[in-house]
Amino acid sequence: MATTLSRDAVAGRPVDPAAPLLVVEDLHVEFRIEAGTVRAVNGLSYTLRRGETVAILGESGSGKSVSAQAVMGIIDSPPGFVTGGSVRFRGVELLDLSEADRRRVRGDRIAMIFQDALTALNPVFPVGWQIAEMFRMHRGVPRKEAREKAIELMERVKIPSARTRAGSYPHEFSGGMRQRVMIAMALSLDPEILIADEPTTALDVTVQAQIMALLAELQQQTGMGLILITHDLGVVAEVADQVVVMYAGREVEKGPSLPVYHRPAHPYTLGLMDSLPRRDVHTERLRPIKGSPPDLLAIPPGCPFRPRCPYARDICAAEEPPLAAVTSEHVSACHFWEEVSRERAGA
Amino acid sequence: MGRYLIRRLLQFIPVFFGATLLIFIMVWAIPGDPIAALAGDRVLPEQVVQQIRDRYNLDDPLIVQYGKYMGGVFQGDFGEDFRGRPVTDLLGQRLPITVRLALLAFGFEVVLGIIAGILAGVRKGGFVDNLVLISTLVVIAIPIFVLGFLAQLLLGVRFGWFPVSGVQHGLYSYLLPAMVLGSVSLAYIARLTRTSLIENLRADYVRTATAKGLSRRRVVGIHTFRNSMIPVVTFLAIDLGSLMGGAIITETIFNIPGLGRAVFEGVQRQEGTVVVGIVTFLVLVYMMANLLVDVLYAVLDPRIRYE
Repeated sequence: MATTLSRDAVAGRPVDPAAPLLVVEDLHVEFRIEAGTVRAVNGLSYTLRRGETVAILGESGSGKSVSAQAVMGIIDSPPGFVTGGSVRFRGVELLDLSEADRRRVRGDRIAMIFQDALTALNPVFPVGWQIAEMFRMHRGVPRKEAREKAIELMERVKIPSARTRAGSYPHEFSGGMRQRVMIAMALSLDPEILIADEPTTALDVTVQAQIMALLAELQQQTGMGLILITHDLGVVAEVADQVVVMYAGREVEKGPSLPVYHRPAHPYTLGLMDSLPRRDVHTERLRPIKGSPPDLLAIPPGCPFRPRCPYARDICAAEEPPLAAVTSEHVSACHFWEEVSRERAGA
Repeated sequence: MGRYLIRRLLQFIPVFFGATLLIFIMVWAIPGDPIAALAGDRVLPEQVVQQIRDRYNLDDPLIVQYGKYMGGVFQGDFGEDFRGRPVTDLLGQRLPITVRLALLAFGFEVVLGIIAGILAGVRKGGFVDNLVLISTLVVIAIPIFVLGFLAQLLLGVRFGWFPVSGVQHGLYSYLLPAMVLGSVSLAYIARLTRTSLIENLRADYVRTATAKGLSRRRVVGIHTFRNSMIPVVTFLAIDLGSLMGGAIITETIFNIPGLGRAVFEGVQRQEGTVVVGIVTFLVLVYMMANLLVDVLYAVLDPRIRYE
């Protein structure tokens, strides 16, 4: 094999054995476009440990996908720039690595799957080829052997008659099967972290459950850390250990998933819950969050959620709320988090 | 695919008859008497004229002439010109010249066009991109006969780098005409490649390929390139078809005795058999080129299925 498989170094730098799998700290990403500067991510921090799942929750445009792309190092630059913060993979600062070194981490140590597998897979190459490419390019495995490994992976993600299907093209698969192909491709080199960017959004509900179950099973087998980007609070409650709720590029609530789910301390999280059908709470009707997220080119001063917030008062327009500790692990960026969290205290 | 091919080949039949009949009618509709023109200023004896008219079935109704002609074509007889030389001989003599010119022009435009398009597309808005956009615009805007004479004057006469005209210097004498002939298509190919590449670079699968940890070279050169070539190949195959038809203007400027010139001379002399014979052949070539595009399309893009 062309490359060493030692996992004690990242791009030649020794890992810190005591460090968590991934630490993201005060991450800032902005896009400099003609109309101005879009601050897509404004100070995001979280820690992912081996075998755990961190869910990043938010509406479209909240910066959740961009933050994941920053961790992967696949933001189109220009116009996108990581302007601050730190992304440490097992203690090694990824943002300091050269592009060539980051490329060695991508796909190999940190892999990513995307929302719509039909467009995310290359339409003109057979799926087996696309999976085998991982072994050929990262490990120098010969073509034939790589193909065999690809077939094994397709079996592992439970694609029926994998051997014959390896020669098929993405459009010849169903949505669920395509996402399995994506997962097989991402897991081919046993990555330590898998970033799943809305992996089930484009799928039928029954298929969604199958894919989530598959991811959970694979995570159990490999012990990989999972970053799950989603707008589906129900998914979060089921699989996530930690939740970060993002709004307008900021983290507005963060903590272990059960407390956040059962006793949200930010009106936005509360709004997300009320806009979802739930089995455990009887509501007459769903209440969508009124209004729309702010224009990221011109975020008003104060709390970015203020215009849509039922709890908003004068202070919200003047001061951006700091992260307040609800418990030692649970934080909320709301001036009135105590009032908000009482809302569900009895539920 | 097999059934599709058969259906396409069957479609050749009406297209073939329709196209040849139209050409036949048009040649015979050219005003003037070809036989009188043949003799120049002299007046031919009535007997001789009648002999020629009989020989070329000129007194039959048009549709009968066409029928007789087609009957010959299917036996490999494309008729003869007024000097009694079979049109097939003329084809055999002129076709290799045109094929040589066409292939050179094709190679020139494909290689340079695609390279220029890719270099421009990978750095949109950069120096190379602007260079390619402006230079291709200039080439497209200048009429081919101006370009041809200019190239001949500068590169042939002034600098003496290339033979000025004729085909006496072997393949070398085809170089300059081929570049002139291929220049406009080159410009289109470069622009088409550029646009297609830029569009494909924004596609989701490119982001996936990057996330797989592939090098930029591989992301562009393998993943994006294959997808970007789909519209370009369509253009290429059709262009090859028209190149094979000969280039009347370029062949005239550089005095190259190819098919284009033969058709042109045939029209001038009102030699119906020559014009119809060559054009019939070209129609066949063009239809084959078109079929090739569709087949290539399916090879390049597996999403396209022919049933």
